[in-house]
Amino acid sequence: MDRKTQLTILTAAFAFVLLAAVPVIGSRALVQDLFGVLTLLVLALNWNMLAGFSGLVSVGQQAFVGIGAYVMFACVILLGLDPLAGVLVGGLAAMALAVPMAAFAFRLNGAYFAIGTWVAADIVRLVTSQWQALGGGTGTSLPKGTTREMIFVQPVKDLLGGSSAAAADAVTYWVALALAVAMLGISYGFLRSRRGLALQAVRDNVEAARSVGIDPLRLKATVFLLTAFGTGLAGGLIFIQITRVTPEAAFSVIDWTAFVIFVTVIGGIGTLPGPILGVAVFYALERLLADYGTAYLILLGLIGMGVMLFARRGLWGWIADRTGFDPLPLSHRPPAPPSFTDLSDPVTQRS
Amino acid sequence: MSAPLLSVRGLTAFYGDFQALFGVDLDLARGGCVAIIGANGAGKTTLMRTICGIARAGQGEILLDGAPIHGLPAPEVLRRGVAMVPEGRKLFPSLSVEENLQIGAHERRGNGAWTLETIYDLFPVLRERRRNPGTALSGGQQQMVAIGRALMSNPEVLLCDEISLGLAPVVIRDIYAAVPRIREAGTAILVVEQDIGQALKIADHVHCMMEGRVTLSGRPSELSREAIHDAYFGVTHDLA
Repeated sequence: MDRKTQLTILTAAFAFVLLAAVPVIGSRALVQDLFGVLTLLVLALNWNMLAGFSGLVSVGQQAFVGIGAYVMFACVILLGLDPLAGVLVGGLAAMALAVPMAAFAFRLNGAYFAIGTWVAADIVRLVTSQWQALGGGTGTSLPKGTTREMIFVQPVKDLLGGSSAAAADAVTYWVALALAVAMLGISYGFLRSRRGLALQAVRDNVEAARSVGIDPLRLKATVFLLTAFGTGLAGGLIFIQITRVTPEAAFSVIDWTAFVIFVTVIGGIGTLPGPILGVAVFYALERLLADYGTAYLILLGLIGMGVMLFARRGLWGWIADRTGFDPLPLSHRPPAPPSFTDLSDPVTQRS
Repeated sequence: MSAPLLSVRGLTAFYGDFQALFGVDLDLARGGCVAIIGANGAGKTTLMRTICGIARAGQGEILLDGAPIHGLPAPEVLRRGVAMVPEGRKLFPSLSVEENLQIGAHERRGNGAWTLETIYDLFPVLRERRRNPGTALSGGQQQMVAIGRALMSNPEVLLCDEISLGLAPVVIRDIYAAVPRIREAGTAILVVEQDIGQALKIADHVHCMMEGRVTLSGRPSELSREAIHDAYFGVTHDLA
């Protein structure tokens, strides 16, 4: 392991410990803010896998956030499950929803795919708004005290002191942190694997990918389903903290797709550190410009346009080009025989 | 005489209502080399795409070692042992030279002759450029990557579509210099080539195509320049 890698691992470990310690050393407001940052990062990492690495520019990710949120509410209100169990079921429901969505949207390409996913998400929103058991078009709230009785809240309250509400915020924050780290690790592992290489090949040239034996449809469908799962998990988690769900909020294209696209594009689409940097910039801008109302959104738009025009690989691409620094290299294994055999012998792997 | 490794019988192919191939027949022996020549639009590329499963086959049959591969999807045809070097090279621009080669092993067939090391021995310049983006190489080097990528699956049959297209003669010579070594490794080659001289030099057997049909076939030594010229350009001699 070279010095640069050691430094990267140490920095990442320090950042993780610092973030994990926020509920202990930081204010509750900071915990809530960073919860928003981490869930936005999870959404951005998932969208980056779709658009940045698979070439699937979806504008319908709000369908998975919304269904994750609604199914979590259904689990709590109708089945009496713990909200965190509801989050898991919500993720699975989002993955199940991705099957018919993929069957429809994968018949479309490019801009038509983007519009198709948006339309599909809106259909899901309209159907969900008919779900009377969860308040129909006006939505519903989690029963009073639900989050305070959530699993892990009492032990955390005993550990940290303070109110049950603060302990509930700490629990959801740690789950969001774990989800973001897991998502980053899984994305990195997947992209450095044989399938990750194949995925990037499909994004570059579908026909050439077919000529080397890759099944583009199967690979893209796998990524679409897995990112739907991750997005659904984030959706359920976000709405535990909000405690109220409405079709407009849960299926908001601005909140769950447009901001996510902004974060990924300014950070660096098709890179793993890109969404992390994008989320940090987005959070900083949000804090700095919070008092300027709509001017804040106009400035975000201008920054997005500037990055797209003058730094097309995003801020991270711009930095990496000038410094050569890449903490999460996606280049694949060197040609040493053992590692190559491991990469390239599906015949033995199948048997 | 032993049975051919690849056998195409009465193959037809369509693009919608347009018929692109009309009952094409050809045989390729194990370790052999067959060249398909013909002008633009003769159906050469369609024939290659149909054999490797990228284009849909119509009637007829395609047999690999006696087993039908007709109508199978491209990944399955590759698994059975038929790899394609597509026209225009079609490298993956976001991947390095080495990654472009590695992706060729996505459907690798056992522990055959072709590994990264043997590909680098075949085309030493690729070893020096292995960390470069595939598309940052010269046209000839990109063609070497495309051939290496196809070989990485350890195919029994290598389909090469217009591998000399757009390359300087000296580069073409370097690329074709690899053909005997590929054949020595046991890989048979079916090559589509517009350069008649090059095709006659490397192939055991040549087929000339015109408007989706094979109009002339034979060993290079048996074919006169005039017969090839006439078949290539569709010249008919009216004796009346």
